Amino acid sequence: MKKEKQPAAVRRKRKRSAEDWIVDILAYGIVLLLVVSILLPFMQVITISMSPASVVNKTGFHLIPTEFDFSGYRQIATDDNFWHSYLVTVLRAAAGTASGVLVTLLTAYPLAKTNLPYRKGIMMFVVFTMYFSGGMIPKYLLIKNLHLTNNFLVYILPCLITGFALIITRNFFMSLPPALEESAKIDGATNIQVLLKVYLPLSTPVMATISLWYCVHHWNAWMDNMLYVTKNSLYVLQYVIQTILANGQTADMEMMSDVIVHTETMKMAALVLSLIPIVCTYPFLQKYFVKGMMVGSVKG
Amino acid sequence: MKTEKKKGAAAPSRKSHRGFLGNLVYYKEYYLMLIPGLLFFLVFCYGPMYGLAIAFQDYYPLKGIGGSAWVGFKHFKKLFSDPFFVSVLKNTLIISFYKILVCFPAPILLCLALNEIRHLRFKKLAQSVSYLPHFISWVVVSGIIIEFLSPSRGPINILLQELGLEPIFFVAEPRYFRGVLVISDLWKSIGWGSIVYLAAVTGVDPTLYEAAEMDGAGRVKKILHVTLPALVPIITVMFIMESGKVLNDSFEQVYNFLTPSTYQVGDVISTFVYRMGIQKMQYSFTTAVDLFKNIVSFILVMATNYMARKTNDYALW
Repeated sequence: MKKEKQPAAVRRKRKRSAEDWIVDILAYGIVLLLVVSILLPFMQVITISMSPASVVNKTGFHLIPTEFDFSGYRQIATDDNFWHSYLVTVLRAAAGTASGVLVTLLTAYPLAKTNLPYRKGIMMFVVFTMYFSGGMIPKYLLIKNLHLTNNFLVYILPCLITGFALIITRNFFMSLPPALEESAKIDGATNIQVLLKVYLPLSTPVMATISLWYCVHHWNAWMDNMLYVTKNSLYVLQYVIQTILANGQTADMEMMSDVIVHTETMKMAALVLSLIPIVCTYPFLQKYFVKGMMVGSVKG
Repeated sequence: MKTEKKKGAAAPSRKSHRGFLGNLVYYKEYYLMLIPGLLFFLVFCYGPMYGLAIAFQDYYPLKGIGGSAWVGFKHFKKLFSDPFFVSVLKNTLIISFYKILVCFPAPILLCLALNEIRHLRFKKLAQSVSYLPHFISWVVVSGIIIEFLSPSRGPINILLQELGLEPIFFVAEPRYFRGVLVISDLWKSIGWGSIVYLAAVTGVDPTLYEAAEMDGAGRVKKILHVTLPALVPIITVMFIMESGKVLNDSFEQVYNFLTPSTYQVGDVISTFVYRMGIQKMQYSFTTAVDLFKNIVSFILVMATNYMARKTNDYALW
């Protein structure tokens, strides 16, 4: 260690020590290993989805396609259940995200006003739900009693907003300078006008973040389908994929009396098709997700 | 008149001279805006909490909460004499313990590794790839992982065979099932989990590194004495959040991997509640299970938070 101290004058471009090499090898090694182990499973799924059965059934690596055969995709393309569920999921994501963002903004904005009476109590009312919940069965019974089962609204209402998104949005509003509101008020703006004309245009970053969160939640949701919906025409994509993966043998699929044995290629094709929207949009939207996470790391 | 009211709003004693109704009227726009959101929390978060009452009843759906007989702690007493529940509790705790052991430190390690990488494009690419699984549902992730671990096509099994070993059906083998849960959780969450730590690292004052270098610190020392201490607050907060999840197993994950052959090692509280409650309609008993779980989780979060506040200033509250 003493040795390192001596050439202080040439420190800026000092020679790479053994320590540098070890740190570099470890760091690059860890990151490379992670990237490879995340990509390999995707490569296998894509390969299987576009390979003929003769190749799929052979023992051996299946990471790069050697022969092409799109019968799996053709099988999925003619599966009406699959495409109908795709449509339901798109509708659900659109309606759920729009209503979720609207209600989140409406709730977060007043809670960002430090002079609003009972604000603390209302915040506690919200935060408590983030740490304590009624659990699966009471919620199931509640939804049944509200007659939301087999109703499209069951996809929207019970997961309308999350406490976490609410707090992020509120923190965002609080981070804006209060002088904005004061000057608008001096110009004679009402509270509603302040929200619509001053705060809303400024809040696009946080809106992008929370709408992406809600959208991903809705795209990936399937438990509410499994618990509350038995009507075929309301099935969502993830749930249909689950039944396809389980080879159409789950109890819920009794109505599909003609048991289709799903081939491995068809299952993988279904997975790939469900991934396409995410993989296509995610690189462009990634920064909004990350930004939101960073805001979130500031404690609420 | 109006200016007078405004002055009142700024004064600290505003509550006393306007009163409850006065406040509601004065801030009516704000309270109206709050209605839909608060109604949501009331109905869909506090509603089920009211429903927890059935844990103390012999609940019959037709009679409702009002009409069912109260039985006190009968179901809670049954909990610990129920051999299934005890094994389910054990599975939950073991799996959570493994996950905390592996999946909690992994993003911190990844963050430290990413922080040492100087090729920015490679770093960006690696981050993008590592975040990707976070956006995929457990249904699809389980499909991908099960395919990847397939005895005849999975690369790991092919390598095993090349080495002259028998292929292993990881997902169906009780011995490996918990490992599959931990590794798949790691696969899905490591990249996304590292974001909060990376954010904390970017906040480190660069002069600290320069000063450390002046003092002759090599890269290992800089990691240990500059980067890691900067991460301690966020590690504490994340640990508090994690500790609350010890009993909050991931239903979405386990349900998609679980098969009858792995019940003995992989059946956790939430899958047990689903099977017994939703499918076999033992509503009261399973609600008691959930209530027990929620209370323990709540106490755990409070306790770790209390300890975090005692030892340093980085508590959640």
